[in-house]
Amino acid sequence: MALDIIINRLFPERLTRDKYYRSLIRNMVLTIIIVSMVPMILVSSTLYLQFRHSYQEKVDDHLRELVQKHKQNIDNYLQERLTDIRLMTARYGYERLKEEDLLQQNLDLLKEEYEKAFVDLGVVDGHGHQKAYVGPFKLADAYYGDADWFKDASQKDYVISDVFLGLRGLPHFIVAVRSEAAGRPWILRATIDFVAFNALVQNIRIGETGFAYILNRQGKLQTTPFTQTSPPGVIDTSAPQELWKRMPSEGNDVQVFLRRDKTGQDYIYAEASLKNGDWLLVYQQRASDAFVDLNRSFAITTLIMALGAAAVIIMALVLSRRMVMRIAMADEEKHLMDEKVVETGKLASIGELASGVAHEINNPVAIMVEEAGWMGDLLEEEEFQDSKYIDELRRSLAQIKTQGKRCKEITRKLLSFARKTSLSVQDIQVNEMIEEIVGISAQRAKYGMVEITTRLQEGLPFVRVSLSELQQVILNLINNALDAMEKKGGKLTLSTCSKDGFVVVEVADTGAGIPAANLRRIFDPFFTTKAVGKGTGLGLSICYGIIENMGGRIEVQSTVDVGTAISVYIPSVGSEPENAPNEKNQDA
Amino acid sequence: MSIANVLFVDDEVPFVETMTKRLTRRDLEIIPAHSGDEALKRLKEHPGIEVIILDVKMPGMDGIETLREVKRQFPLVEVIMLTGHATVESAIEGMKIGAFDYLMKPSEIEILVAKVTEAAAKKRQHEEKIMQARLKAITTRRA
Repeated sequence: MALDIIINRLFPERLTRDKYYRSLIRNMVLTIIIVSMVPMILVSSTLYLQFRHSYQEKVDDHLRELVQKHKQNIDNYLQERLTDIRLMTARYGYERLKEEDLLQQNLDLLKEEYEKAFVDLGVVDGHGHQKAYVGPFKLADAYYGDADWFKDASQKDYVISDVFLGLRGLPHFIVAVRSEAAGRPWILRATIDFVAFNALVQNIRIGETGFAYILNRQGKLQTTPFTQTSPPGVIDTSAPQELWKRMPSEGNDVQVFLRRDKTGQDYIYAEASLKNGDWLLVYQQRASDAFVDLNRSFAITTLIMALGAAAVIIMALVLSRRMVMRIAMADEEKHLMDEKVVETGKLASIGELASGVAHEINNPVAIMVEEAGWMGDLLEEEEFQDSKYIDELRRSLAQIKTQGKRCKEITRKLLSFARKTSLSVQDIQVNEMIEEIVGISAQRAKYGMVEITTRLQEGLPFVRVSLSELQQVILNLINNALDAMEKKGGKLTLSTCSKDGFVVVEVADTGAGIPAANLRRIFDPFFTTKAVGKGTGLGLSICYGIIENMGGRIEVQSTVDVGTAISVYIPSVGSEPENAPNEKNQDA
Repeated sequence: MSIANVLFVDDEVPFVETMTKRLTRRDLEIIPAHSGDEALKRLKEHPGIEVIILDVKMPGMDGIETLREVKRQFPLVEVIMLTGHATVESAIEGMKIGAFDYLMKPSEIEILVAKVTEAAAKKRQHEEKIMQARLKAITTRRA
């Protein structure tokens, strides 16, 4: 999932690896994204759909009106031409119209009236022979007996023919009116200029791809479509049948619909019937062209949505990153605090245990020592003076006494360690404390083949801190040092000195040293190089916290394979009056 | 003639026994007791007791309480506290209430004897002063 990859990139590894933080991050990101995106998508898609609907309606209405208007125009045009011819037929009759002069006169009149609408006039008898003709072509004796329009005209009173090439070899169509003279039918026919008629339709142009044409029943084009910009063959061959099928049933209706052609292009069609349903006026336009505004607004909307979505996603990631980092930090602090509490508690309970043990041991030891003393007293009696073992017995009793004292010393140390688990702040002589701790650590050091030396400066100022905390810190540092020398043994040097208002305790070992990469991290909580279960990685971080609280600092110097020296700076009592003038001098 | 009449109070019976033997050998008159109550009883029985060696930590009535009671009933008797654990606080507490001194257990027998001797001397001195004061009062009254 893409989100996972982004989260992995963006968040620290320790967070992404943790299942809890991972789901926290994901939930947060997804919640923010969903909550902000869903309303955005809903609102904009609703608005877009509404807009599209009304826009389509607008386009439809526009096209409908356009086609309606042109349909009426064209119908009127044809009707007028027909009326002209009918009027002429009724007015002059067959006999008079046979005279070409009159015919010419009428043609001139018509041409004058309608510019170039009429090309020629002809009078045709019932058999199809043209009896009279005026016009630019030489068709005086033409025979129309086989022409479609003639056949139609012999059945109907008038005919407006489809466009055809006819005898003259040019596209034209004919308006013919049948009449009877002396019981015999005759026909007055007029040729309508195709170019003039064509212009009526060809002028319907909208946008880049919108154009109109007229189809007859056979699906043949009655006008030349404006194909200057539209590619040839743009009129689908399968279209005419379908267009006719869709033809509006009511005479005056305009049908508007969308249709996909063979190339997969969507076209919008508007069609209306002409000439009492003989012809079909078709307007077609590529949908993408017709809805260009709509598409543009769709593109803009989509762009805004995409930008918005991107912003939301970025914000969600940034926001949840910040939040989760903060939560993680708080968790870590809490964890640390818990550990610290546990550690303190552990230390306190160890102290209690030690104090109990010390008490219980102390009394029997006291009795043993006294018994030995009593035996010593008795040995002074005269009756024992001659015994050859008297010296051996004395030595043995002295040994018991010495060991008793040793026990006493141990219990004393245990007690003094245990007693001081209280966190009360007191004035402490660091040297004494260090000697005490060295006493406690001596046994462990001996097993680890470590030699402990102390270089304690005499007359150190007191430090005012919690003894148990300071003990904890120094003990921890000593334990770390002993761990560092676990394999090879070595030297542990504890030294104290007074420096710039601080008492400095240095714990130096000759152990493995700390690699530079780890040096920055040793005070980080949970950072440990010990095996799992061996170290919590908390020791130094707790030390750091304790010393920091005391107003001191810890400095580390380490060289790999040479050793590590950790210096603890603890502010000494009465250091402030000493320090203050110094600082002033520096400032000045 | 013994150096002093001493009441030795400790809940550890073997300790009391051994100490009684050792101290008796060093010319001290020892009366053993194993609790605070018993100590008070013995004090009533033996008015000649000059010094009490008192263990601080005892079940029931502990050393400090016993000390308080002793000082209330027998203000002239000197008390040396014997403390098992190195609580300076309890020793100081005892000193405040009126103990003569304190010693850590186990301690050198010679030091203990020396302390008892000092305490006895102090007690006798006190008694001497009181005696003289009384005598003085009587003589002045007569005069």
